[in-house]
Amino acid sequence: MNPVISLDSVTFAYGETPAVSDISLDVEAGEFLGLIGPNGSGKTTLLHLMLGLHEPDSGSVELFGEPVGEFDDGHRIGYVSQQSTAQSGSMPVTVQENVTMGRFAHVGHSRLSPHDYETVDEALETVGIADLADRRMSDLSGGQRQRAYIARALASEADLLALDEPTVGVDAESRDAFYQLLDDLNADGITIILIEHDIGVVTDRANRIACINTELFHHGDTESFVDSEALTEAYGVSGRVVHHDH
Amino acid sequence: MSTDTQPTDSTAADSTNRGPLGRLRTRGTTRETVELAALGVISLLAVVMLGFIGLYWLRDLPYASTAYEQFRIAGRLLDFYLGTNVFKHPFMWQSLSTGVLIGIVAPLVGSFLVHREMALIGETLAHAAFAGVAVSLLFNAVTGWDGSLLFGALIVGVIGALGVQWLADRTDTYGDVPIAIMLSGSFALGTLLISYGRGLTGISIEGYLFGSLAVVTVDGARMMAILSVLVVAGVLFNYKQLLFITFDEQAARVAQLPVNSYNTLLVVMTAVVVVGAMQVLGIILVAAMLVVPVAAASQIAVSFRETMYLSVILGEVAILAGFAFSIAMSLPSGGSIVMAAIVLYLGSIAVSKNGITALSTR
Repeated sequence: MNPVISLDSVTFAYGETPAVSDISLDVEAGEFLGLIGPNGSGKTTLLHLMLGLHEPDSGSVELFGEPVGEFDDGHRIGYVSQQSTAQSGSMPVTVQENVTMGRFAHVGHSRLSPHDYETVDEALETVGIADLADRRMSDLSGGQRQRAYIARALASEADLLALDEPTVGVDAESRDAFYQLLDDLNADGITIILIEHDIGVVTDRANRIACINTELFHHGDTESFVDSEALTEAYGVSGRVVHHDH
Repeated sequence: MSTDTQPTDSTAADSTNRGPLGRLRTRGTTRETVELAALGVISLLAVVMLGFIGLYWLRDLPYASTAYEQFRIAGRLLDFYLGTNVFKHPFMWQSLSTGVLIGIVAPLVGSFLVHREMALIGETLAHAAFAGVAVSLLFNAVTGWDGSLLFGALIVGVIGALGVQWLADRTDTYGDVPIAIMLSGSFALGTLLISYGRGLTGISIEGYLFGSLAVVTVDGARMMAILSVLVVAGVLFNYKQLLFITFDEQAARVAQLPVNSYNTLLVVMTAVVVVGAMQVLGIILVAAMLVVPVAAASQIAVSFRETMYLSVILGEVAILAGFAFSIAMSLPSGGSIVMAAIVLYLGSIAVSKNGITALSTR
């Protein structure tokens, strides 16, 4: 079976500033990959390259075995961007409307069918926010909003969930519950890629770790990462590591 | 996972309650009914207006001429009963038709623009259209061609829209500075061309700047009718895609929507609406119709779909109230309509439970 994502010596620069340099890695189906690195290390850029939001300067990216430029099964990926997390957003969109967007890649210009609405309902149930369906997204707490975005990914029946620092501004309790939800989804076979600045959370939850700082410092299972020197190498000896103090 | 695997009462009840607002289980179905009824009335009004423009166009054909005469008689009757001197004049019907159509299409397109924080783009395209009017004036004067100035405005407006989109694609944003440069640049070009051409033409530009009921030409009304049908069809057909890119552009990209194409579509539709609307509203005020009804609707709506419903309803109310005020007081239509819209906006803040929603414009 093809890997979900396959990067082959991918390099990308913003103008003259290199953001990602010669990174090769595969993400296999069913993995929970934690993507970590210091601020400005190119984590988000790498995720964007994986999803085809940026085109690499050199190297190649494959999504579900297809070159990313030709990939067109958009519904297979659920993506929660940093922006959507941070945005309090004044746009009057209900949770229901947001989750229904997960069906748009399936239906195109056709009308939504009863099956589409059922899938949306089920997704709302799964993440436990069915009672919030009629609320505006902007009225939700950070934790509830994250669940709404996850529900959108579930509604699109995504095989891959890509999350960019999803718990910024979410209180500790909701955050634990949110990661429990991710664990459950991963156990159901959904591949997860998670960018998270809190290394403790990543080592607790992810079964694979990719540690980058422009270059790839470590890619392997979580145990080998914890035993390795990759963390100090990537973050520098000054030890500006974000401590897990919860 | 078909319906028959879960034949419970709750799913059955859900599907019957599922109106066009989606499955709003807890909120006012009466409210939705009232909104839909209002939209029905507005649609009917729009059909009547489109009918008038069509009949006026085809009035020399055998059957259409009879129907057109009936329309004129109905207009005289309306004047008689209302004690006005308005509806007997075909040119007033043209202005009214154009206004009614503006009240629908401007908020429709504006719903997406405002929430993409692209409201200033309407203003920019209006200024580009002004340059287009100036170019047409000059072109007509030099060549002796007698085409409508609005065609020139439409062409230049659409070129301006594509230019804005090109800039946005290059810079990854609808940045303030390039937009502001384009806004003032096209207006500067327009003023130069008009001053240069003033000796050649006797046409007053004031009607285009401030909007006037009298400035709506036969061609202008026909153009508005055709463009309105296209814009409404464009928005309805692409509603889901436009909603997705408006709410979460990056996720829409990942879902493999051709986001740049939809952005271009939205900007071009904006240019089209702006050109159609500037006859009545004036170049300086036209963007208000894209923004104010949507801002008002966003205060009180519970969902995006309801925002669209309410913005069209409020937009239409503003147009009709503005027209009535403008005719009664013999004042410019543009200012009257915009003031009416702003009164509605203030009213919506007063009744809103959300407090003032901070809508940013760019």
